[in-house]
Amino acid sequence: MNFLFNLVVLVVLVIALVVWVQLPWYAVLALAVVFAAWMALTRRGRQAASVTGVGVSTLRQRLGSSSVVIVGIAGVVGVLVALLAMGEGYSETLRKTGSDDTAMVLRGGSAAEVSSVMTRDGILVVDQAPGVAHDSQGKPITSGEIVVAANLPIKGGGPDEEGSVQLRGVGDGAWAVRPNLKIIAGRKFQPGMRELVVGQGAQRQFAGLEPRHAIKLGAQTWTVVGVFASGDALDSEIWGDADAVAEAYRRGSSRTSMVVKLTDAKAFDAFKAALVGDPRLQVDVDTTLNYFSKQSEGMSKVMRVMGITVGTIMAIGALFGALNTMFAAVAARAREIATLRAIGFRGVPVVVAVMLETMLLALIGGLIGGGLAWLIFNGFTASTLAAGTTGQLAFTFKVTPGLLWEGLKWALAIGFVGGLFPALRAARLPVTTALREL
Amino acid sequence: MKYFHLIWTALFRRKTRTILTLVSIAAAFLLFGMLDAVRTSFDQAGKSANGAQRLQTGSKLSFIETLPQGLGDQIAQVPGVKSVAYSNWFGGAYQDPHNQVFTFAVSDNYIDQYPEVQVSDDARKTYLQTRTGILVGDKLMEKYHWKVGDQIPLQSNIFPQQNGSKNWTFNIIGVLHPKEASAGFYSQIILMHWKYFDDSVAKGYNGGRVGWFVTRVNDVNQADRVAKAIDALSANSDHETRTQTEAAATASWMKQLADIGLIVGSIMGAVFFTLLLLTGNTMMQAVRERTSELAVMKTLGFSDHSVLAMVLAESVLLVLLGGVIGIALAAVLIPGVSANSGGMLNLPTVGASSWMLGVGLMLAIGAVVGAIPAWRAMRLNIVDALAGR
Repeated sequence: MNFLFNLVVLVVLVIALVVWVQLPWYAVLALAVVFAAWMALTRRGRQAASVTGVGVSTLRQRLGSSSVVIVGIAGVVGVLVALLAMGEGYSETLRKTGSDDTAMVLRGGSAAEVSSVMTRDGILVVDQAPGVAHDSQGKPITSGEIVVAANLPIKGGGPDEEGSVQLRGVGDGAWAVRPNLKIIAGRKFQPGMRELVVGQGAQRQFAGLEPRHAIKLGAQTWTVVGVFASGDALDSEIWGDADAVAEAYRRGSSRTSMVVKLTDAKAFDAFKAALVGDPRLQVDVDTTLNYFSKQSEGMSKVMRVMGITVGTIMAIGALFGALNTMFAAVAARAREIATLRAIGFRGVPVVVAVMLETMLLALIGGLIGGGLAWLIFNGFTASTLAAGTTGQLAFTFKVTPGLLWEGLKWALAIGFVGGLFPALRAARLPVTTALREL
Repeated sequence: MKYFHLIWTALFRRKTRTILTLVSIAAAFLLFGMLDAVRTSFDQAGKSANGAQRLQTGSKLSFIETLPQGLGDQIAQVPGVKSVAYSNWFGGAYQDPHNQVFTFAVSDNYIDQYPEVQVSDDARKTYLQTRTGILVGDKLMEKYHWKVGDQIPLQSNIFPQQNGSKNWTFNIIGVLHPKEASAGFYSQIILMHWKYFDDSVAKGYNGGRVGWFVTRVNDVNQADRVAKAIDALSANSDHETRTQTEAAATASWMKQLADIGLIVGSIMGAVFFTLLLLTGNTMMQAVRERTSELAVMKTLGFSDHSVLAMVLAESVLLVLLGGVIGIALAAVLIPGVSANSGGMLNLPTVGASSWMLGVGLMLAIGAVVGAIPAWRAMRLNIVDALAGR
């Protein structure tokens, strides 16, 4: 009989957790309102409220053991939110790179810009394609780009420590294709010169990327003339004139990729159809927005899985900590609870009271953990070698409201499970036994 | 030791509480075991006795730039160099372009540079005679259910053949068996003939160039001098090189990939802080409950110090018990994690150093959380305790 009861509780618990994970915020709010109404309006509810009141008012005397629940859950939520914020910041950086009215043309079957090759003839064909926007002089707004890598000394690293940065040689149209990109210091490079403008992210990571500084790429000397900001993945790149970069890297007139401004987002399908159907070319066409989003998929999945794995293991630890504390709390109040039941309180108010108390502690823990993650990690800069690029990609952690909400839901779930079993024990303890205890 | 039974009984005086605490401790150390495996795999990459003998020479400009193959002959002349091999990135994918397989086009003596990777003599011989032959890592063979003798198609996402097709066909001749954990990467890769690659690739794509050279040196202590001498060969040319020991080169990549030490460190910091509080609370409760029992023990003649030692031992035993369960669990789970990641993660199982560090942490945490309760137990006044004051 007892075994059957426990089994039922376990099944109900699993179902409740599955539903809980998928519950949107308004459903949670509705649940809370219904619950509050029950507490305020029914006899049982008012009983529950008064028992909860007694429990909560004695919390201060159990500060040490209650703080175990709070700190344990704060730890889980803090680490979980921080790890998810890392993945979120990474994919956000790539997701907001590009737009749906610009297109990226790569040689067919190329996984990324760097492994693609576009010939001079191919570039001219793309220039003439339908859907390409033209400037006031009637020239197509396109940029044949060459993506390579360069080794540069890392800021704050050892004397021989070099990192890889993505170097993009760009054509005339590059600035018009990416209107969000602004020069924030110095000036643009001059065509044909060995001059570079550097992204603000790259500038933070590598040494010597200051305007009017000379840097060595291999045996050649280039001059940094400006700094640009775009707020996306391009921030981690350094840019030079396509012809100068092609010469330095012995690429002749070929380019790796082509970025095209379309007349509008709707022109993309016609543009793509025209190029894919062209027998002179064998290319893959995608909007730049799509291209960069796709690059982030694999890595963000890895980061998310990592965050959830670590979070789950920590949650198990915190859950048992909470169980421990609440069992102790229930045991300490066993006589008091038994007295309540002896004078006519039913099981439900007792269960509700213990669970509410645990969930209150969990909520506090969740808020502290989320708050700490937000304070410490929101805007924290990190970098990695991103898939599909040849250099380091700098990104900032993003603690979004969505992630904080997810953290709170985890906290409440831990509180729910951690409170349920002690609550059931409190309610099921035979009154006579409990009264005799201590 | 004669008090072990007493300590053990005290520990399990309240079974539920002790077991719940043990699960928490086990969870913390499970996480420690797994994260430490990740950290170790990052740390140890490229660090081995054989790896110390190898130098990697690549273009100074960037890792995607190639070098003339003829440079290899010059490197071979540098005093202290034992042998030189070279390799090119091929960029292979199997069936789906996103299904990337690490494929390298290498010189015939390339595998000699890696004595820790085993290939059977027969396979070696046949491989050298087969133009389209490839050697495949053992884990990769398992993953795609390939057998020796199979003919497999690979797409290159960079290089077309002379007929313009990027679909290449190869014959599996032999299997690469890494003998050391540090060479685990060779379980996941394919090696093909550089000569065949260079002959068959479309004109203008390679032209006798190689991605990097792998040099073995005679004397490990001379490695730095040899590296400088190799770089001096191409100084001021259009193909300046950068030569590093394998360990330094790998470490630099790993560092660029992620600051894994920082991530692991901060997670473990949060975990152990929580653990300290949780176990500390359990111990406090345990001692508070037993006040009168401790007083009785003192009445019977247990000295203050032995009471202190027993409470400390109890707390250390608690953490040690949970911790060992946790790390053992990690050791059991890690091979499963590696297998399920489809070759993305290749974690070593929990090594001796992780165990040592783990046990050290357990002892330290046990001592810290036991300190205050043990102190209280020691200072206990018999009369007050027995009177329940």
